[in-house]
Amino acid sequence: MQQEISGSAVISLLVDNESGALARIVELFSGRGYNIQSLTVAPVDEQGTTSRVNIVTTGTPSAIGQVKVQIERLVPVSRVVNLSDAGPYVAREMALVKVVSSGESRTEALRIAEAFRARAVDTTATSFVFELTGSSDKLDSFIDLMRPLGLAEVSRTGVASICRGPKTIQNF
Amino acid sequence: MMSTTAHAPTTTALSGAEVLMRALIEQGVEVIFGYPGGAVLPIYDALFKQSHIRHILVRHEQAAVHAAEAYARSTGKVGVVLVTSGPGATNAVTGLLDAMMDSIPLVCLSGQVPTALIGNDAFQEADTTGITRPVTKYNYLVRRPEDLAPAVHEAFAIARSGRPGPVLVDLPKNITVGDAPYIGAQDIRPRTTKVRTQPEREAVARAVAAMKGAKRPLFYTGGGIINAGPQASEALRRLVDMTGFPVTSTLMGLGAFPGTDKRFLGMLGMHGTYEANLATHGCDVLIALGSRFDDRVTGRVNAFSPGSFKIHVDIDPSQINKIVHVDEGIVGDVGAVIDMMIEEWEHQPAATHEADLAAWWAQIEGWRALDCLRFTQDGAADAIIKPQQAISRIYELARETRRETYVSTEVGQHQMWAAQFFRFDSPNRWLTSGGLGTMGYGLPAAVGAQVAHPDALVMDIAGEASTLMNIQELGTIAQYRLPVKIFIINNHYMGMVRQWQELLHGSRYSESYSDALPDFVKLAESFHARGLRVTRLDELDNTIRQALAHDGPVMVDICVAEGENCFPMIPSGAAHNEMILGPEQESSGAEVSTEGRMLV
Repeated sequence: MQQEISGSAVISLLVDNESGALARIVELFSGRGYNIQSLTVAPVDEQGTTSRVNIVTTGTPSAIGQVKVQIERLVPVSRVVNLSDAGPYVAREMALVKVVSSGESRTEALRIAEAFRARAVDTTATSFVFELTGSSDKLDSFIDLMRPLGLAEVSRTGVASICRGPKTIQNF
Repeated sequence: MMSTTAHAPTTTALSGAEVLMRALIEQGVEVIFGYPGGAVLPIYDALFKQSHIRHILVRHEQAAVHAAEAYARSTGKVGVVLVTSGPGATNAVTGLLDAMMDSIPLVCLSGQVPTALIGNDAFQEADTTGITRPVTKYNYLVRRPEDLAPAVHEAFAIARSGRPGPVLVDLPKNITVGDAPYIGAQDIRPRTTKVRTQPEREAVARAVAAMKGAKRPLFYTGGGIINAGPQASEALRRLVDMTGFPVTSTLMGLGAFPGTDKRFLGMLGMHGTYEANLATHGCDVLIALGSRFDDRVTGRVNAFSPGSFKIHVDIDPSQINKIVHVDEGIVGDVGAVIDMMIEEWEHQPAATHEADLAAWWAQIEGWRALDCLRFTQDGAADAIIKPQQAISRIYELARETRRETYVSTEVGQHQMWAAQFFRFDSPNRWLTSGGLGTMGYGLPAAVGAQVAHPDALVMDIAGEASTLMNIQELGTIAQYRLPVKIFIINNHYMGMVRQWQELLHGSRYSESYSDALPDFVKLAESFHARGLRVTRLDELDNTIRQALAHDGPVMVDICVAEGENCFPMIPSGAAHNEMILGPEQESSGAEVSTEGRMLV
C-alpha cells in the first residue's frame, strides 16, 4: 500500500445541545488517538437546541475518513461534513493580540495592524489589544510579525467554517 | 433530549420508580440482573410491588452485567442490569466495556445521588455518565422527571439498533422518589445512530459478480451474523449451499454456520485451524460478513490475505476500511445483505469456475488432512489428562445428551480449546468474551444463560484462575438453584500467560502460577453445589457423565497436565502462513521480533 500523506481537515458537525455532548466528541478524539488542532462550538438554531462544532484535525486521508465515521456513530450528532473534502468552503478565525511596547516598535505595530485590517480594541500608553479576523494563516503571520514588536499575549477562537454557495450542512 | 410528540400524563400520579417499572414492562423486560444499594432503594421498592419482572440478585455488579450479556446473547433480547450509585456503577464498568466490544445489547440502570447533591462528593457519588461514556453506546443522566420514561424507551431503541451495544441510564434518587409522568414508547421518536439496514443494490451486485468470478473464495463470518438474528444464520446456510464456498468464522461468529458441516473450516486467527488460516491467506475473494478484522484474526495486517479481492459487509460504517483496506464495502444488516446476495447469485449468469473451485477444495482438504488440532494423550488408565482431552470429551459427552446446550467460557487457553473443539450447529449457543477478553466472564454468563433457558444444559468451561475472578456467583447459582455445570480445566497456571512466557519470555513464569488454590470440591459444597474432582484419564468420562446427569449445580475440578500449550498459534506479529502447529515447532522466543513482542 502506498504511503498516505498527512494533512489538515476542517470537520463541521451539528449536535444536540445537551450535557456531555461535547465531552463525547472530545473523548472520541483522545480515546482513538486523533488530533484536535482547534475546536469551536456554539448553539446555531433559534431554540438553542442544536450546536455547531467545527474541528480542525490532522491526519492521513484514511484517518480523517475514520474520524468522520466515528463521529457519525455518536447518538446526539445529527450531521457530519468534512468541509475540506466537500468543495470550496470558508474558514475564519478571530484573534485578540496584546502588544506591549513603546517608541519605534509601537508605531510599527500599529502600521502592520492597519495593513492587516486589525482593529485596536484597547489602547493604553504602553499597550494595544488588536482584534483580527481571517484565515488561520493570516492570523499566524500577523502574530509572527508582532513577535519582535512586543507581543505579550494571544487569544484565538479556533476556526468557524461554512461551505461556499447555496448548499448548507443539511444538504450533504 | 429526544422529542416527545405527545405528553400523555396519567391520571394517578406515579413515582419515578413506578414509571421506570412501567417503561421496562412496556419494553418487554422479563428479567433484571442487579444488586441493591442506597440510591436504588426506591427502584427496588417498586420492583417488590410488581409481578411482571423477575430480579436475579447477583453477588457483584460486574457479574450482573456478564449475566445480562449472556441472557441477551442467548435470547436475542436486550439484557437489563440494575446497580446502585458509586461503587455499584463502577463495578459494572468492565461488563459494560465487554458488551461494547462484543456488540451486546444491554440497558444498565444505575442509581445516582439526588440532583441537588451532584458535584458535592456525596456519599456513594460517582460521575457515572462521565466514567461510562467511553464504554457505552450512549448514556443518560436523567435530571427531570418528564425525561425519565423517554430516556428509558430511547435507551432500549439505541441498545438494539444497528450495531447493538450497552446503554446506561443514571437515575438520581429524587427522580425515582418524586412523581413523574408516564410517556409510552409510541409517544417518543427515539434518536438512534443513523443506521442503514438495507444495502445498496449495486454494491451487492458488484460483490456477487466478484464471487461468481472467484477461483479460491472464502466466507469469513463474524458475530454480526449472530446479532442479525437466526434468520441471518439461515440465510448464510442457503448462500453457502448455493455457492459451495468454504466458511471460516471468528470466535464471536461460531454457530452462525454449523460447526459440523464439511464446508466449515473452523475458526481463523491466532488459534484458528491450519486450513482456515491458509485458506484466508491464499483465497482470491474474501467475503467478510459481520466480522471486523480484529487483530486476533488478521495477524500482521500487511500480510493478511494478501492477494484477495475483499468484500466487507457490516452494519457499522466505521468498521469498513478501519484496519484492512477492502475493495467492496457494503453497509447494511448482514442478514439483509445475504438475502440480496442470494437474489443476485440466482439472477447473475452462472459461475464458470467449477473446476477451479474443485481444485481449491482439494487444496483445502490437503491442509485439513494435517489434522492441526490433534494432540497426544497417553492412554494409560492413570495417565495425566491433557486439557484438550478434557474439553473434547466434555463436548462429545454433552452432545450425547442431545439436550439444548449453552456454553460459556472464561478467558485463556481453555477458551481457545473450547472454541476449537466445540462444534456449534446453532447460533446463540456460544457465550464468550471476545473483544475484551474478560477473565471471570464465564461463571456469571452461565447464570444469565441458565436463567434465560431453565431447562437447557448450561456449561461453563473454565480455567482455575479465571473462574476465581467471579467465584462469588456460586452464591447466585445456589440461591436460584441454577443447574449450571462448571468444568474447571485446572492446570495450576494462568495458562495463556504461561504459554506466552514460555514462547516469548524465555520460560520465566513470572507470577503466572496459581498458588494457594482452594479445594474446588469443598468450595462447591460450601455453596450447596456438588463438587467433583478427576485426576486420572480412566475416570474422566465417568466424572463428566456424572456431572451432566446431576440435576443441580456441579463444579468439576479437572486436574490436567500443567505445561500444555494451545496450538495452532500464529505468533504475534506473524502472518497466517507462518503459524506454529505444535510443540515440535515452538520458537525459542528469539525468533519473535521486538515488534511482535510489543503486541498483546
